[in-house]
Amino acid sequence: MKKILIIGATSAIAEHCARLWAKRGASLFLVARNSGQLETIATDLAVRGASKVDCMVMDANDHNAHEAMFEAAHLALDGLDSVLIAHGTLSDQAQCELSVAETLSELHTNGLSVVALLTLLANRFGAQGGGSIGVISSVAGDRGRASNYVYGSAKALVTAFTSGMRQRLSKANVMITTIKPGFVDTPMTAAFDKGLLWAKPDAAAARIVVAMDKRKAVVYVPAFWWWIMTIIKAIPEAIFYRRQL
Amino acid sequence: MQVQGWGGYPAIEAQVHWPAQRSACAALVQAGSLIPRGLGRSYGDSASAPRVMQTDYLDHFIGFDPATGVLVVEAGVSLREILELVVPAGWCLAVSPGTSYVTVGGAIASDVHGKNHQVAGTFGQHVHWLTLLLGNGDVVTASNTEHADLFHATCGGMGLTGVVLTASLQLQRIQSSYLQRTTYKASCLDEAFALFEAHEQASYSVAWIDCLAQGKNMGRSLVKLAEPSVTGGLDFSLRQPLTVPMHLPEFCLNRWSIKAFNSVYFNAARANRTEPVPLRSYLYELDSIGHWNRIYGKAGFVQYQCVIPQADGLDNMRRLLAKISASGAGSFLAVLKQFGAENQNTLSFPMPGYTLALDFKWTPKVAPLCRALDQMISSIGGRVYLTKDALLDAASFRLMYPHWEKFEEVRAQYGAIGKFASAQSARLGLQ
Ligand SMILES: Cc1cc2nc3c(=O)[nH]c(=O)nc-3n(C[C@H](O)[C@H](O)[C@H](O)COP(=O)(O)OP(=O)(O)OC[C@H]3O[C@@H](n4cnc5c(N)ncnc54)[C@H](O)[C@@H]3O)c2cc1C
Ligand SMILES: NC(=O)c1ccc[n+]([C@@H]2O[C@H](COP(=O)([O-])OP(=O)(O)OC[C@H]3O[C@@H](n4cnc5c(N)ncnc54)[C@H](OP(=O)(O)O)[C@@H]3O)[C@@H](O)[C@H]2O)c1
Repeated sequence: MKKILIIGATSAIAEHCARLWAKRGASLFLVARNSGQLETIATDLAVRGASKVDCMVMDANDHNAHEAMFEAAHLALDGLDSVLIAHGTLSDQAQCELSVAETLSELHTNGLSVVALLTLLANRFGAQGGGSIGVISSVAGDRGRASNYVYGSAKALVTAFTSGMRQRLSKANVMITTIKPGFVDTPMTAAFDKGLLWAKPDAAAARIVVAMDKRKAVVYVPAFWWWIMTIIKAIPEAIFYRRQL
Repeated sequence: MQVQGWGGYPAIEAQVHWPAQRSACAALVQAGSLIPRGLGRSYGDSASAPRVMQTDYLDHFIGFDPATGVLVVEAGVSLREILELVVPAGWCLAVSPGTSYVTVGGAIASDVHGKNHQVAGTFGQHVHWLTLLLGNGDVVTASNTEHADLFHATCGGMGLTGVVLTASLQLQRIQSSYLQRTTYKASCLDEAFALFEAHEQASYSVAWIDCLAQGKNMGRSLVKLAEPSVTGGLDFSLRQPLTVPMHLPEFCLNRWSIKAFNSVYFNAARANRTEPVPLRSYLYELDSIGHWNRIYGKAGFVQYQCVIPQADGLDNMRRLLAKISASGAGSFLAVLKQFGAENQNTLSFPMPGYTLALDFKWTPKVAPLCRALDQMISSIGGRVYLTKDALLDAASFRLMYPHWEKFEEVRAQYGAIGKFASAQSARLGLQ
């Protein structure tokens, strides 16, 4: 059975991935900040069929804790096959525009913390000669837009970083799947009015789990976002910057 | 945003909250009056209010013992998800309504009944205990033996006593995920009633009745009985249903198209046959079409479900059907079912007798029709099902639910007044 580490395991999208893995009987190691919620989720996953569920409380921005966390996961599960990195915050763009500290902190959570985790993980999986890594980026990272470019540029960092790392690790039999959700109905986006473009977290998770199974390089969630982003990326900047898209 | 029930009428403007975890609920309750809401399968305005608390993220399993069939869940878990987990282990919900798209919290709050009411009672009768978030933010455990008054007010209490956070359910053993179904054709109401009486001991029974049929055909129905099967295996894979993608235009549903549909439905059915059918297609016939409520168009519909007492049941049902069929407002098929014994829950709907449920496409004429039906039902000692209702008035409610004062006392005692209210509770004159 698969041994899977999930960072940001209290995220709604990650939790639904974990439910699918639990149903298959996987062993799971869950990492997040909120210990109460971790406990609730761990119990649920055990009922749903996970062979083993262990938890650890960690703030992804605490870089010094990363190595020990990987070590603990490895020990608890007796090895690691897959890792999903899912944590993130939906930045308040207006707030960021007023505050350097806020902007840097958002870049930290959504971008640098992921880079830090991947740097350690790449070496681990490279050395063990195999593994699968899913990293949740976002369609927002495909092109900066006025409404959320701080969040978007952190995700752009994640997208470019995973693309390069995927190339580097291809010979080591390690696959990194860059996951680009569009709009998913989760606590992160609770305040938004939902229209036709919105996906449910269970549907998003189903697509993510299959993409990681098939060792896909990049996956848009749902698939139609590939079309939308292809068009958005094709708009010449001279036109794009005058529009509010 | 707008909230509405499954019938689409009425729609009201609401501020909606989605607590991400159980511990986030208390602060929301303390901040002002609200109503909890699950999957919104109640038809009218029971789960609508200016402030609504969705239980979508309270969807965790807490424990399942495959040896005893005791399942502990958070209130937002759907019956669908429960079945996917427990059927392969040889267990099933003891009571289940006609759709699997309801939450445990909603099933408790409406004290729902299923096609096995005559033998199994209601959903609340299979709840070992529940935890309830009160108006002051405290969480209490309630059961038959602990805070029993609160427990009996909460099962069937339409979310007005507090927010159910978790519950322990007793499941029922099954040997197969199939049922042996026998269908009988009844050409009139007398025949349908005779079939119900003859098969009082059947594990499951329900009839689909054509409300538009008049004269000697009045009450023609398909009576569907079922018994558990011992063969067929334990598989419960739920397919995604085909979905009605949008509201259909008004002209699609009219007297003639409905009459034609009903005739085809009756004539196509094969009678007096026993055949194995999957649990899900007997129990949840309508779940095979997603969002079927959209066929009624944007204006929506109201569902009218009432129960009439056993005594003079046949005569009264005949009068009721005559009124409905004379109004010409009746819809597709209606559901007819015999109920078993009443339970102790303060506002529980079922009583020994016959229940009829049917849809009326919403037009302004529906309100006076329902009022006339309400009057008839209350005068014969019956009642209307609150989880379907959108129109009942306070005076009729009090006649139909004689324990309403007890209900208000319990609510006052546990600090629910001013904390939990819906558009429905305001209309029914509850505080
Ligand atoms: C196709 C169809 C068939 C049906 N068949 C049947 C049937 O055969 N028998 C039957 O009895 N019913 C039947 N129903 C009705 C349905 O079972 C009930 O309306 C049920 O309560 C819906 O559950 P929900 O999760 O959608 O709740 P909602 O509709 O969201 O809410 C219903 C009520 O429950 C309360 N509530 C919800 N969650 C909580 C909570 N956590 N704590 C406290 N209160 C809460 C709400 O305040 C509201 O008063 C049917 C409905 C449909 C659409
Ligand atoms: N929802 C969308 O529409 C959407 C679209 C594109 C991409 N995404 C991405 O999808 C991922 C999952 O998000 P979601 O939609 O599932 O939202 P979510 O349920 O709000 O999950 C976000 C999770 O990240 C955790 N987190 C935030 N900062 C953290 C930190 N410093 N350390 C550890 N954990 C931290 C949060 O934990 P706490 O509970 O402790 O705060 C929360 O569980 C995110 O990367 C998000 O950017 C989402």
